Amino acid sequence: MGLLQPEMGLLFWMCLAFGIVLFVLCKWGFPVIVKSLEERRNYIDSSIEAAKEAEEKLKKITETSQALIESAEAQKQQILRDIAKERERIVSEAKEKAELEGARIISEAKRAAEVEREDILREARSQISTIAIAICERLLRGELADKERQKELAGRLLDELENDNTRN
Amino acid sequence: MRGVIAKIFFLIFISLPFVSRAEGVDVKEVVLGHIGDSYDWHITTIGEKHISIPLPVIVRGHNGEWHCFSSGHLHHSHDGYEGFIVAHDGLYAGKLVEILPDGTQYRPLDLSITKTVAGLFINCIVLLLIVMGVARRYRGDTPTSKAKGGFAGMVEVIITFVVEEVVKPCIGKNWAKFAPFLLTVFFFILVNNLMGLIPLFPAGANVTGNITITMVLALSSFVAINAFGSKHYWKDIFWPDVPTWLKVPVPLMPAIEFVGIFTKPFSLMIRLFANIMAGHAVILILTCIVFATAEMGAAVNGSMSVVAVFLAIFMNCLELMVAFLQAFVFTMLSSVFIGFAQMEGEHAAHEVEEKHREKQ
Repeated sequence: MGLLQPEMGLLFWMCLAFGIVLFVLCKWGFPVIVKSLEERRNYIDSSIEAAKEAEEKLKKITETSQALIESAEAQKQQILRDIAKERERIVSEAKEKAELEGARIISEAKRAAEVEREDILREARSQISTIAIAICERLLRGELADKERQKELAGRLLDELENDNTRN
Repeated sequence: MRGVIAKIFFLIFISLPFVSRAEGVDVKEVVLGHIGDSYDWHITTIGEKHISIPLPVIVRGHNGEWHCFSSGHLHHSHDGYEGFIVAHDGLYAGKLVEILPDGTQYRPLDLSITKTVAGLFINCIVLLLIVMGVARRYRGDTPTSKAKGGFAGMVEVIITFVVEEVVKPCIGKNWAKFAPFLLTVFFFILVNNLMGLIPLFPAGANVTGNITITMVLALSSFVAINAFGSKHYWKDIFWPDVPTWLKVPVPLMPAIEFVGIFTKPFSLMIRLFANIMAGHAVILILTCIVFATAEMGAAVNGSMSVVAVFLAIFMNCLELMVAFLQAFVFTMLSSVFIGFAQMEGEHAAHEVEEKHREKQ
């Protein structure tokens, strides 16, 4: 079979041609491409890794910031609550004080009014008594113009006194 | 539209019997002539006129003298040129022989640029242009350089496929040392296969379907496998892990293992040669049906032509796949053998085998 018989001339040229191709491609051809591809591959791999890390970090940061926001919110609520309480306390205190003050003022006014009234009463009494005495004096002067009437009066007065005493 | 095209095709097929010459075609000669080698590059024959490209003939005669002339001279004279003639029959049929004074044929040392050699050169130039052109675009790249588009991008995809799917998994940690060799082999076979499928000059030579070509490729694989073999690899050949009676006193297993060193590249050689040669042969035979049935009348010839053309189209598509597949298979098996030779330790071989099986 001629087909299965290696040909010397072809063998020679094939060795030469393939040798040259192999040498050229192994020296200046494929290593360049393979190296470049490998470098790019590694770069992409490391980039993906870095991106993953960054994502994780970002997630953590978001979590912490979320936690911060939450705690700040809680503090705000606490502060607001405290303020409300404080306000209530202050208001109630003020009210109390005002009430006390009012009561004090009222009681003082009452006392002053009492004193005033007593003064007025005393004045009135003394005036009334003066007037009564004056009236009595006039009356008596009129009544006691004669002796009869004096005796009658004395007797009536005595009766009255006696009646008072017995009644008492 | 489709109907119109179908009609045109139909008319072409119907008219074929009248166009093709009624005389018989020697299918065997056509097929073997293509698959085999020749001293000129035959393109076509119009009527009685052969159109072919003459190629240089370089031979060393029996007296040690070198002769160099165009193969065109061989056709012009019937007694040969400078005493050399292409033998028609006998032991050296189709080969250049020198007619000695005593009338016997002498086969000289023949370094002619035959059709296969010329095709090989053209394909090598194409391969170098492709790979060096692509490599130039990658020179001075930094890791942050953009991925290449266009043709370089396409070649990059193939290179990545070979490196990631074949070289790395099969060889393991030493992959970078063998990657350029395996890529060269892969692209060499692929380019030669594909060029062989294009029917017109300067492509169309049956290069990878020639046993000499595949022999050199297999030899290069043989060197790559054995020249860098690890200690463990050689120990496994001459003292494998089998019961002792298989090794002493008759070294049965070592002998089998030793023969295995040679059968591995031998199978590579035969597989590539047979696949490509058979592909070329089948396509040619299918095409020859059109002419071989010319004498059987218009009806037979027309219907057979339709069948033959469709089968030839199908075979061409199949051969496109085979062109890639054979390059892939040769590279993958070479990688696997190199991987075995690179193995160190006891269970390493198992691991690679399992990995390989998983992949499949």
